[in-house]
Amino acid sequence: MDSNSVPVADPHGNPPTAAGSAGASASRSIWPALLRFFSAPAAVVGALGLLIVLFVAIFAPWLSPQNPFDLMQLDILDSRLPPGSESFSGVPYILGTDGQGRDILSGIMYGLRTSLIVGLASAIAAALIGTTLGLMAAYVGGRTEGFMMRLVDLQLSFPTILMALMVLAILGNGVTNVVLAIIVAEWATYARTARGTALVEREKEYIEAARCLRIPGHRVLLRHLLPNCLAPIIVIATMQVARAIGLEATLSFLGLGASVTQPSLGMLIANGYQYLLSGLYWISFYPGIALLITIVSINLVGDRLRDVLNPRNAR
Amino acid sequence: MITSLIRRAIQAGFVIFAMTLIVFIGVNVIGNPVDILINPDLNQAERLRVVESLGLDRPLWQQYLSFLHGLAQGDFGDSFVYSKPALDVIVERLPATLELALCAMLIAIVVGLPLGLYAGLYPNRVSSKIIMTGSILGFSLPTFWVGLMFILLFAVQLGWLPSNGRGETELLFGARWSFLTADGLAHLFLPALNLALFKTSLILRLTRAGVQEVVMQDYVKFARAKGLRENRIIFVHILKNLMIPVVTIIGLEFGSLIAFSVVTESIFGWPGMGKLIIDSINLLDRPVIVAYLMMMVVLFVSLNFIIDICYTLLDPRVRLDGKG
Repeated sequence: MDSNSVPVADPHGNPPTAAGSAGASASRSIWPALLRFFSAPAAVVGALGLLIVLFVAIFAPWLSPQNPFDLMQLDILDSRLPPGSESFSGVPYILGTDGQGRDILSGIMYGLRTSLIVGLASAIAAALIGTTLGLMAAYVGGRTEGFMMRLVDLQLSFPTILMALMVLAILGNGVTNVVLAIIVAEWATYARTARGTALVEREKEYIEAARCLRIPGHRVLLRHLLPNCLAPIIVIATMQVARAIGLEATLSFLGLGASVTQPSLGMLIANGYQYLLSGLYWISFYPGIALLITIVSINLVGDRLRDVLNPRNAR
Repeated sequence: MITSLIRRAIQAGFVIFAMTLIVFIGVNVIGNPVDILINPDLNQAERLRVVESLGLDRPLWQQYLSFLHGLAQGDFGDSFVYSKPALDVIVERLPATLELALCAMLIAIVVGLPLGLYAGLYPNRVSSKIIMTGSILGFSLPTFWVGLMFILLFAVQLGWLPSNGRGETELLFGARWSFLTADGLAHLFLPALNLALFKTSLILRLTRAGVQEVVMQDYVKFARAKGLRENRIIFVHILKNLMIPVVTIIGLEFGSLIAFSVVTESIFGWPGMGKLIIDSINLLDRPVIVAYLMMMVVLFVSLNFIIDICYTLLDPRVRLDGKG
């Protein structure tokens, strides 16, 4: 509820160190920070995994053996083939096919795209909204702050999935509504973090100096306060992207994110559910592995970022 | 103390009131109830008659008042699918969900607490590092996918455990429970384990962090200096002081277990509230959706209220004055 519930905030009001002040560290050099980042093997694995995932998602149309949304390329005779088998016309299906004869590997590549877009879009939107409100609350203070933080507390006392369900129950199914649901479920985390950090930063001399120079409020907020609050927000944002992807997959799996033309990983897994009991494991298994790799990679990177960007660890 | 409690209670009441407003506006204004409630094949005259009989032609504030009136009496209207009062449909499913959530919590505590204690006491051992890496997996693995893999492994490949439904149930205190029969227990195990996965990691990491903090305290050093046996130090000096945050998180997370049972219940065909709400959203069974949402709001607000009270009782440093 106060600044000490935010692990990354500097409670002692130390002068910003190289890592503590994002603006300063960027102007000096990011190489030491990068070196520190990659000094942990887990971070290297995570970054590598993330690169692969991004590469595959971006270049899916060129990398995939088949366009799974092009009905012309699908052959119902090829449906439910196990991994490694060949298609009717001799093309190998490395990871097998699903109930409609879609190549699982291609489906994963395209699904990764949808999952990443939904996850990133909602996490970024939530970050913008949450950070703005959090910074404003800390800067303005008074009643506005009290009210906003009550709202944040209230929001955080409900589990994300419940908030998301509430939004979807009201607005109905669909991809756009899923994005909205994730934003509603996650903005509060950013708001709390931003406020916690800003409360500490607000008391520092450079803000006082800026105020003494009669720099307008919005400028102090955006140019002085925000850059110095960025580090913890970036860390939270990284983790939240992973959470958003997971949440989207869960909601799609439950049949609430319905977009049959552009299935995300969650929907691919859901498609395989009906075949699971007859032992056709690959339809659900491989998309799940892709989802797992994505989420673990992002979490590993985020975990390391937290260590590197935390001023208390910068020694 | 009393005044702050009363203030908190008023706040809780206000939150519930605000949520009724949000849910009402959401369902009745953003979503169009006429489209949902009325058969599209009806002609105009019939439509108007149904609109009138449902009171949808009245001004919104009147509709809201009658909504509140129904709420106060636990009347959310009849479910379209089950043709029974919506609240009854949900309350019928409550024992199944409670049972699942309680079992999951039990598993999470029994597994997470000792492992976290171990990893916190001996952070440099290889086994501790394996435990901690495992807990990262527990956080990252998508619950629903793990559930599917459980079914694949234990139900399809090995054929050890059933994958669907509650199995045989036994009547106790007017509700049916699975854990009283061997068949029911077999049905309960996989879903409970699946639901427990995330919470196990959470309790594990929390316990470990707590242990590492407590071990540095002077009273633990003093206990060591006194030459107390290690067992006594661990179980009396460390574990006891660890319990406040752990118990808090268990209380807090219990509500979220009930919310997250939505996923697990859908996978394992567990006939609880979570499966009901997903079905209702897909079938647009509005009364059940509203009843479920309101019930969850009341549940979480009361849960937080109780936890706040427990805080003040356990830790006199906490004041309920709402600053912060």
